[in-house]
Amino acid sequence: MEDQGFWVTVADVVAAVCLLLGAFFSFSAGVGVLRFGNLLARMHAVAKPQVLGLILLLTGVALRLHSWPATTMLALVVIFQLLTSPVAAHMVGRAGIRTGKVSENDLEVDELTNPPR
Amino acid sequence: MIVVSVVASVLLAVAAVLAIVRLERGPSMLDRTVAFDVLTTTLVGAIAIEAAWSRRTETIPILVVLALVGFVGSVVIARFASVEPEGEGRIRTAEEVAAEEAERQAALETERESVTDAEHHGGGANGEVR
Repeated sequence: MEDQGFWVTVADVVAAVCLLLGAFFSFSAGVGVLRFGNLLARMHAVAKPQVLGLILLLTGVALRLHSWPATTMLALVVIFQLLTSPVAAHMVGRAGIRTGKVSENDLEVDELTNPPR
Repeated sequence: MIVVSVVASVLLAVAAVLAIVRLERGPSMLDRTVAFDVLTTTLVGAIAIEAAWSRRTETIPILVVLALVGFVGSVVIARFASVEPEGEGRIRTAEEVAAEEAERQAALETERESVTDAEHHGGGANGEVR
């Protein structure tokens, strides 16, 4: 019994660290989406720190809940996020380039207008 | 745990406010899509923090739904609404709205006056009535 209480405490501490880190990454995504100067940079802020922050937050929740059904559903959310976030970012970026919202000066490599050989 | 929850909630709330500011500023529909994505994910994070704080599992299905619905929203906007006609996103001034309304009324009036066919003055019925 004593031992179990110890592990619950450890899980809670790890969960707290995960929650704080995840919230910080989500916060940095919010800062990025406001402060970055062009569409593709903002898209980067949504696609990367946001997903990492969400995964950390959900890990924290799973460590707090000690429940397998809930953990399964949280894993499902993470899988959906990992599947959908690149697709959404790709579609936003492609639509941005096609409708001329991305200036050529922002791009280091422009493989869409100058295809590599 | 309460301190952790409060700090994380405040961080997420600030992130949501920053995303709303970007949502308002635009400048293009795609920027708003990106900002709305941040807002949805922040909402998922807020519900997750609530679940972690209260150790309750009832709200977890909401996270699954939000993760899917947020994706559909941004893909639909990127696919169908990314081309914006010039000036459509602008809010019109009161004078412009009044001018458009007057024009519409005038068009309606001329149409009403041009309708002078016999049907509108009790002309004879056409066709057989059983």
